[in-house]
Amino acid sequence: MATLHTRTAARFMVGPSVILLFIWMIVPLVMTIYYSLLNYKLDGTDITWAGLSNYYYFFTDPAFFYALKNSLLLVAGSLVITLVGGILLALLLDQPFWGQGIVRLLVIAPFFVMPTVSALVWKNMMMNPVNGLFAWLAKLVGLDAIDWFAHWPLLSITLIVAWQWLPFATLILLTALQSLSEEQKEAAEMDGAPVLSMFFYIILPHLTRAITVVILIETIFLLSVFAEIQVTTQGGEASSNIPYLVFSLARLDNDIGGASAGGIVAVIIANIVAFFLVRMIGKNLEA
Amino acid sequence: MAREISVQKKAGWTVFAWCVGLLIFFPILWTFLTSFKTEGEAVASPPSFLFFQWTTENYFEVQERSDYLKSVWNSIAISFGSTILALIVAVPAAWAMAFAPGKRTKDLLMWMLSTKMMPAVGAFVPIYVILNYFHLLDSLVVLVIMLMLINLPIIVWMLYTYFKEIPGDILEACRMDGATLGKEIIYVLTPMAIPGIASTLLLNIILAWNEAFWTLNLTAASAAPLTAFIAQYSSPEGLFYAKLSAASTLAIAPILVLGWFSQKQLVRGLTFGAVK
Repeated sequence: MATLHTRTAARFMVGPSVILLFIWMIVPLVMTIYYSLLNYKLDGTDITWAGLSNYYYFFTDPAFFYALKNSLLLVAGSLVITLVGGILLALLLDQPFWGQGIVRLLVIAPFFVMPTVSALVWKNMMMNPVNGLFAWLAKLVGLDAIDWFAHWPLLSITLIVAWQWLPFATLILLTALQSLSEEQKEAAEMDGAPVLSMFFYIILPHLTRAITVVILIETIFLLSVFAEIQVTTQGGEASSNIPYLVFSLARLDNDIGGASAGGIVAVIIANIVAFFLVRMIGKNLEA
Repeated sequence: MAREISVQKKAGWTVFAWCVGLLIFFPILWTFLTSFKTEGEAVASPPSFLFFQWTTENYFEVQERSDYLKSVWNSIAISFGSTILALIVAVPAAWAMAFAPGKRTKDLLMWMLSTKMMPAVGAFVPIYVILNYFHLLDSLVVLVIMLMLINLPIIVWMLYTYFKEIPGDILEACRMDGATLGKEIIYVLTPMAIPGIASTLLLNIILAWNEAFWTLNLTAASAAPLTAFIAQYSSPEGLFYAKLSAASTLAIAPILVLGWFSQKQLVRGLTFGAVK
């Protein structure tokens, strides 16, 4: 139905967005690849061709393996907590009770707290071994207070990140849960299906798609966790992830070449996840 | 067609659900309460929950320690500025893709989304080097443009899904009635598109307000928004719980309110329509 005239107009309307995004995506990426092939330090020494040596150093640097391990543990830990917690919370919010709307607001609130605030509030006011609430609770029941960030830095960060992303998982799973037809649930109940088998045979299969979406989207966002590490531990072997390692190579060591090689590795890891996500979204778009 | 459920059962769920909800919300509530304590009471053990000397002095001292209001202004400028700029570019694009789709529209949309999936560290090094070279670090204008580009794909996408829902039949009906393209846009399309545009605006202000990679890395003193302002409190000598709480409360309260209004858009905007 679109005429030639509207086609041309459409091109002009889409143009600016496409050009901007193209520049935004391609220019930095090409530059990062180029820098990653150079010996380039911001300390004034000469810039020379490095070939693949930055990648070689990056992959043989023990810091890379710690960072990769920490990245994966952080993503996996947060995913497990947010998925299990999200499913339970979604089931809970789907029950009839008074004040549903308000409880829902309370549950989704952490998502809107800026990362620096949630990290600092948790680190100081919850997890501090002397003044934190957890220390006080531990003392109440006669246990020693845990020095969370000294002994379990990565776990502590994972808990904070999971608290921030729990609402996201809950909301998506709740949306999916509410699209399950009442008739189907009632039919299962009338047939006398016990609660557990109802969960595993009806509810969980219905949620599969939503769960996959949560996993893919959270993975993309969680792979780039940065602020929570920056304001709590400031990196280090025990809690630095790949973005943080790239940041410290660039900003603290002034090693532009090395940081760029790390950035490219991060892009490749994210692209593996993005590939599956884009395919899923694309399928939905046709329907 | 609600199922019958006994009052006792409902009361039980009510108590349980409220406990869980308050537990998850607790760190925010605690921050709010602590912001009204003195520094001494903020670290007191056992902690006092409600029965302490309420004071508002922290809110004034936060401003005295460093220029808090400037950070508030920077946050507002960055989140509103970047979102509005992005809308100006995105509305025509989404409009064209929704109402005059070509063969490659779908690929174009997917490509736009995929740019959103590129991790920030992939672009960080050259951007830092360029801004450093041109002495553009710590510039508000640069941050507004950066965040506009970062959120542009989500904005185009959300607008597209909203515009798609506007029935094409209505447009044909207006054309049959002899409406010009201008009239069609002003009197028919715009009123129908406003709710979608408003939702998109809301969600993206929230996302930009809380963005904490670029804002932490590209600002120092003059362009620092609230994310970076709060980060100052991470240094050991800056450990003032009550003041941290006051600064945090002010930083999250407005966006929490906006966030509560945008629940529905959240699912739509962040799952890119993959969950309905």
